[in-house]
Amino acid sequence: MAETEVPARQEAYRVVGQSPSHHDFVDKVEGSLLYAADWQLPGLLHGKVVRAEVPCARIAGMEVSAARALPGVVAVLTAADVPWNQVLERPTGGLGELAVAMPVLAADRVRYQGEPIALIAAVTAQIAEQAAELIDVEYDDLPGVFDPERALEPGAPLVHDQGNLLVSWIIARGDAAAALAAADVVVEGEYRTQRVEHAYLEPEAGVGWVDTSGVITLRVSTQVIEHAPTIATILGLPQSKLRVISTYMGGGFGGKEDMTVEPYLALLVWRTRRPVRMVWERQESIMASTKRHPFILRYRTGVQRDGSIVAQEVDIVGDAGAYPYLSPRVLFAACATASGPYRVPNVHHRARAVFTNNAPTSAFRGFGAMQVTFGYEQQMDRVADRLGLTPQAVRERNFLDKGDTIPTGERLDTAVAAGQCLRRALAALGEPARPSGPGRRIGRGFAVNMQPYGRTVWFHDRASCWISLEADGSLLLRSGITDLGAGQAASLAQIASEVLGVPLGEIGVHIGDSQLTPPAGGTFATRQLYMSGNAALAAARALRAGLLPVAAELLGAVPDDLVFEDGMVRERDTGAGRGIRLAELAAACQQRSVPTAHLGTWYAGTGTFDPATGQGASFPDYTFGAHAADVEVDTETGQVRVLGYAAAHDVGRAINPLRVEGQIQGGAYQGLGYALGEEIVVDDGQVASTLLASYLLPNAADLPDVRVIVVESGEGKGPFGARGIGEPPIGNPAATIANAVAAATGVRVTQLPITPERLLAALDAAAGDAR
Amino acid sequence: MSDQSKQRVTLTVNGEHREAWVFPHESLLDVLRDVLGHYEVRYGCGEGVCGTCTVLVDGEPVSGCLLLAVQADGCSLVTVRGLAPAGDLHPLQACFLRNGAAQCGFCTPGMLLTAWALLQHDPRPSRERIRRELVGNLCRCTGYSKILDAVEEHAAEAAERAGGHG
Repeated sequence: MAETEVPARQEAYRVVGQSPSHHDFVDKVEGSLLYAADWQLPGLLHGKVVRAEVPCARIAGMEVSAARALPGVVAVLTAADVPWNQVLERPTGGLGELAVAMPVLAADRVRYQGEPIALIAAVTAQIAEQAAELIDVEYDDLPGVFDPERALEPGAPLVHDQGNLLVSWIIARGDAAAALAAADVVVEGEYRTQRVEHAYLEPEAGVGWVDTSGVITLRVSTQVIEHAPTIATILGLPQSKLRVISTYMGGGFGGKEDMTVEPYLALLVWRTRRPVRMVWERQESIMASTKRHPFILRYRTGVQRDGSIVAQEVDIVGDAGAYPYLSPRVLFAACATASGPYRVPNVHHRARAVFTNNAPTSAFRGFGAMQVTFGYEQQMDRVADRLGLTPQAVRERNFLDKGDTIPTGERLDTAVAAGQCLRRALAALGEPARPSGPGRRIGRGFAVNMQPYGRTVWFHDRASCWISLEADGSLLLRSGITDLGAGQAASLAQIASEVLGVPLGEIGVHIGDSQLTPPAGGTFATRQLYMSGNAALAAARALRAGLLPVAAELLGAVPDDLVFEDGMVRERDTGAGRGIRLAELAAACQQRSVPTAHLGTWYAGTGTFDPATGQGASFPDYTFGAHAADVEVDTETGQVRVLGYAAAHDVGRAINPLRVEGQIQGGAYQGLGYALGEEIVVDDGQVASTLLASYLLPNAADLPDVRVIVVESGEGKGPFGARGIGEPPIGNPAATIANAVAAATGVRVTQLPITPERLLAALDAAAGDAR
Repeated sequence: MSDQSKQRVTLTVNGEHREAWVFPHESLLDVLRDVLGHYEVRYGCGEGVCGTCTVLVDGEPVSGCLLLAVQADGCSLVTVRGLAPAGDLHPLQACFLRNGAAQCGFCTPGMLLTAWALLQHDPRPSRERIRRELVGNLCRCTGYSKILDAVEEHAAEAAERAGGHG
């Protein structure tokens, strides 16, 4: 068994802190859960997106008549058929980024390989495929730009007429230049991260149909049902005629945060008035779905001889690909967190998102705060090396604390358990192993990170949740939350059960419907436990407050003496004897006109950010964590073997410890794939391979078990003091491995992934330098 | 394409006799899903890489996307829903549930079937053996640890039930 340390618990919770199974997990192991592609309707058509074959060209002509004439083809749509052919989203609310619209279907110009240019609906998937091949497109190739730094040069081909610089963020405090000039030592470093694929096992998929009253209904695998208004606008329909239902997703990791199949499916349903299914092929998804931003990171870190950081300058360039998507926000998160969990009195961070003719990049678990960890945590090891201190001592000297000011000028108002996480992760590794043979070297490395949970506060974020007591004493919980598989829905039920004492099996949970469930704001930014968890808690408490006086009256008791447990309200410490069943209480409330249904809404804190000064409000709070690893490097082959791995995060309070461990293990594993193998290779805008076989996802035998240490500071802004844990654990592994490899070999690989080829080249270069 | 080019295949799926008329180019995966309604067998890559579409063909795990339906003619197939009677969980499934071995759940049926087949050959596999046997079933959510925990736990329980000494 993988070992896990869970701290002793002081507070008496009944359900919070337990790890019960929930109905969706029963369905999953049974195989009965119907995912987005598993929906069947009479007369179902098969939809297909026709995609550009070249990355940068003018569309000189498109001939679709042969496709339309193919028997079995029901519709072929091009840009001219789209009522409102643009998606204009201002991902920061217009705080400084270029206003660039993305066409739903490219009309006269394609900007990346795989850009949608036409849609087909046919009676079988096979016929849709054949029809796609009959569409004849004439391209006039245009000079493209595929490197973000090249795109910033004067005279570079323009991806959009408005310019190639999508956004440039500055976060600055103190006088970094002067402090660097006065520092005892300045350490410089450049780091490069790669383009990677979410690779959720469930490809993008959905089924759409026209429902009662002409409502176009999409049942899709999406993290965000709040795209419904955008889709309605594209179709020229009022919002009341467009409904999005999110299925339980087969993974998302940010890749289903932007729209995927939705607008295309909606257009085909709207045109054909028939049910349509659309499933992207894996190879199509690899070619054209959004990716993680490759970053170029340049660090200058000024320190005193005792290891104290006095200043840091960071310059970040991120490849946004051909359209904005969420790049402005990803680069903001990178800019805000680029100095990591350390006190840096003088900072200057700049982060730019730059258009290229590569496939667009957007949200991916970690959201910009991940890539920078590869930078700042290698800087910390380099500082230690230069000063002759241990890597741990340098970090311990500089860790942020509660009350400290971060680069945006905000003060941290919850616990910072970064140091505790680091000490516990290192302790968990135990004694390092001996090298297994000649030419092999052992090294230990670690990395500490901070990841925001919750949206940037300028968005005035909120989430609602509805809970009602039913006649039989059961609960119904309705929330617009979408479920990625992390137990998002289950955790809300657990919170309701904790407050109202209703067994989990008697709580019906209905989620993810843009017309039937209260808005929860999408599952991303590690925000749902924080936002919807607090909303569920508010709804449950409101319901409890309404029921309490009625129960007290019926029992002739003092309200403060009553507890809600086992589907009853009873007097504390009187055993099962004196109490009232919730079903009876529901009837009593009906008699007294006391409401038994409550909407809870949670409003996050708000604030403003000034992009000119680089100061202001950013994120609600952060989750801190540390990972540590022992690796063995084969200096003959460049192979890195991970021998042991430990991950510690302060989750504030673990609502469901088993799920918390699962998030940490899974996040760490994804991060290790990023560290050691995963990369989408693109040559001049052409994806080198669209095969999953060419994409090195870690399998069960590639890596060791991730040992998890759950730290519970009790201080977080979620329900019961919880912090979000969805994204944080993916951030640490790349720097952890890079630092371990450097400890083993003395050679630092600064470009991801750390492949045997790269490591051998670095070892050879170091050997050459030594000669 | 006319229906004339379709061929009849006869299959046993989860103990039930099924017949289907299929085109020679149709994969077993497509026929199981779209003709026979077995949506628990899922498309993940179409390359035989991810293992999501695993089914047991005459007891052995096979990627349904790599086998033509006509090649499976006369075979006995088991999907995850055939591991236990409807409404019941096989003890291996119960272990997956208890150990939190499913997150998004998309890979879970394939994972269960491969693990089940392993346990037929080796009722008490080491953790390393389980790792090696599961390399053809990718999971993007769990980091595999809890899946390995579940398979190990089930093997230990089964050994105990059989009166072994664990």
